[in-house]
Amino acid sequence: MNTRFLIGRLIDLGFVLFGVSILVFLMIRLIPGDAVAIMLGANTEITPDRIAELRDRLGLDDPLLVQYGNWLWRALQGDLGTSIWTGRPVLNEISVAIWPTVELTALSVLVGAGLSIPIGAFMAQARGGAAEVAVRVGAIAGLTIPSFWLGIVSIFLVAKLLPGVSALGYVPFTQDPLGNLQRMVLPVIALSLPMLANLSRLVRSAMLDALGQDYVRTARAKGASRRRVVYRHALRNALIPFVTSVGVSVGYLLGGAIVVEQVFAIPGLGRLVLGAISERNYPLVQATILVITATFVVVNFAVDLLYAAIDPRVTN
Amino acid sequence: MHALRQNKLLAFALAFVVVQVLLALAAPWLGFQDPFKQIMVQRIKPPNPLNLLGTDQLGRDVLARIIWGARTSLFTTSTAVGIALLAGGAIGLLAAFYRGWFDRIVMRSMDVLFAFPILLLAIGVISVLGPNAWSAAIAIAIVYTPIFARLLRGPALVLCEAEYVLGARAVGASDARIIFSHILPNLISVILVQTSILLSAAILVEASLSFLGLGAQPPTPSLGLMLSEGRNFLLLSPWPAVFAGIAILLLSFGFNLLGDALRDTLDPRLRNLDAGAQ
Repeated sequence: MNTRFLIGRLIDLGFVLFGVSILVFLMIRLIPGDAVAIMLGANTEITPDRIAELRDRLGLDDPLLVQYGNWLWRALQGDLGTSIWTGRPVLNEISVAIWPTVELTALSVLVGAGLSIPIGAFMAQARGGAAEVAVRVGAIAGLTIPSFWLGIVSIFLVAKLLPGVSALGYVPFTQDPLGNLQRMVLPVIALSLPMLANLSRLVRSAMLDALGQDYVRTARAKGASRRRVVYRHALRNALIPFVTSVGVSVGYLLGGAIVVEQVFAIPGLGRLVLGAISERNYPLVQATILVITATFVVVNFAVDLLYAAIDPRVTN
Repeated sequence: MHALRQNKLLAFALAFVVVQVLLALAAPWLGFQDPFKQIMVQRIKPPNPLNLLGTDQLGRDVLARIIWGARTSLFTTSTAVGIALLAGGAIGLLAAFYRGWFDRIVMRSMDVLFAFPILLLAIGVISVLGPNAWSAAIAIAIVYTPIFARLLRGPALVLCEAEYVLGARAVGASDARIIFSHILPNLISVILVQTSILLSAAILVEASLSFLGLGAQPPTPSLGLMLSEGRNFLLLSPWPAVFAGIAILLLSFGFNLLGDALRDTLDPRLRNLDAGAQ
């Protein structure tokens, strides 16, 4: 990986983060009507004093550029504002809610990406008309099953078939490792299925592509076993488009987690942001969106670097 | 043999989508029950001859509400994806055509929008505009604009270098003429394929948003809303939630299959362009 490539990517990263920060900053300012009155209207009586106090607290009376500068400066120091209702730093609430979401997303990436390789490689063995149609229909069905529906149906089935097993809620891994994992099974299945369907199909077509290449024929001619050719030679090259797709899927998972958390009553960032929207706690909405998006951007940056490391052609 | 199978699949996908769209469009004239009418004595009924898919918690006919919900979903998503196609398509095409600083600035801004996870950006937009079906449509339009821009810029770049475009330019054709009669017609297949696939994805996003209470509001018939309401009395009667979910799946599945089959039939080379389909 050469330095020029790395510097170029860092500049891109900086630009995107800058743009994201502007959009997130503008959120409160773009609310039609008096944002402050709207925020206060959710929980308390609106009085001119309270409006003036909150406007001052949010810094809404300064010129826009000054507001942005102040906001960004504080954000860079880890101060993303205070919750309008509790008055506590929003980062406190985020730092509690982030763990269930991170766990759910990470486990889903592991399951979705991990299983898609053997499943895709296996599906690549099946050729011919009926198999093609089955693979296609199966993959599209997996991709278009609504995760929240799958979640609800699975909760229903567990309640009917395995009474006594708790499928809802969340317990920290440190408190009760088994209980934690047990409650993660259904959410992870619901969240990772579309990704699994998409990636399996991708691995399959990349494998078929790779299996048709000369070096695979050469390896077979040299006497390598079929298994070795599939896993050692073809799969390695099939992994290149796979890595990019996993990066893109993380964004889907972070979004999907919001819905799945709602279905399974998991107290993560999704529940936090939805609760904040319903009580119009905009600083909290703003900060949560910023944290999730920044995470996604940095993950994709890492994927880009990984991609370049696997395939040196990218950097040229 | 291969081509024949492709065409069969395409015909099937097309028929599948057309039947669903027609059912939704013609819902008011097909003699279904009134989706708003509450009959309290018939609450939470399983499927029966009178209510083929049962009734919900307020005694409304589930079948009627599903057909009308599909209508809501299709109106919202087709408006949104239509706007995104026009805006994103124009941006991608002009960026490819004019290149230079225009291309750089515009596509960089698209990168910023693209940096947000799809559902999160939609939620952010709705938190600004307030939760209702229109906000959901606008949010989905904003989310899919950068995706269309990216998807169309690539192929348009290639076309801008094609010899017949250079030829048209050499004989003095105006920019508008080159774009509308030389470049755009050659993008139709990409547009058809991607619109169909993105509609499929948008149907899921719309359903997720209304499931979260951020889209259509009660008592509007909405598939996502039926699921979230049905969830509250799941153990009493799973039918409304189960059927609403199947309806979302069938709608989304149809458009995805259609896009997939179109891609194979129109241009197998497009297979490489499906990044961002999620």
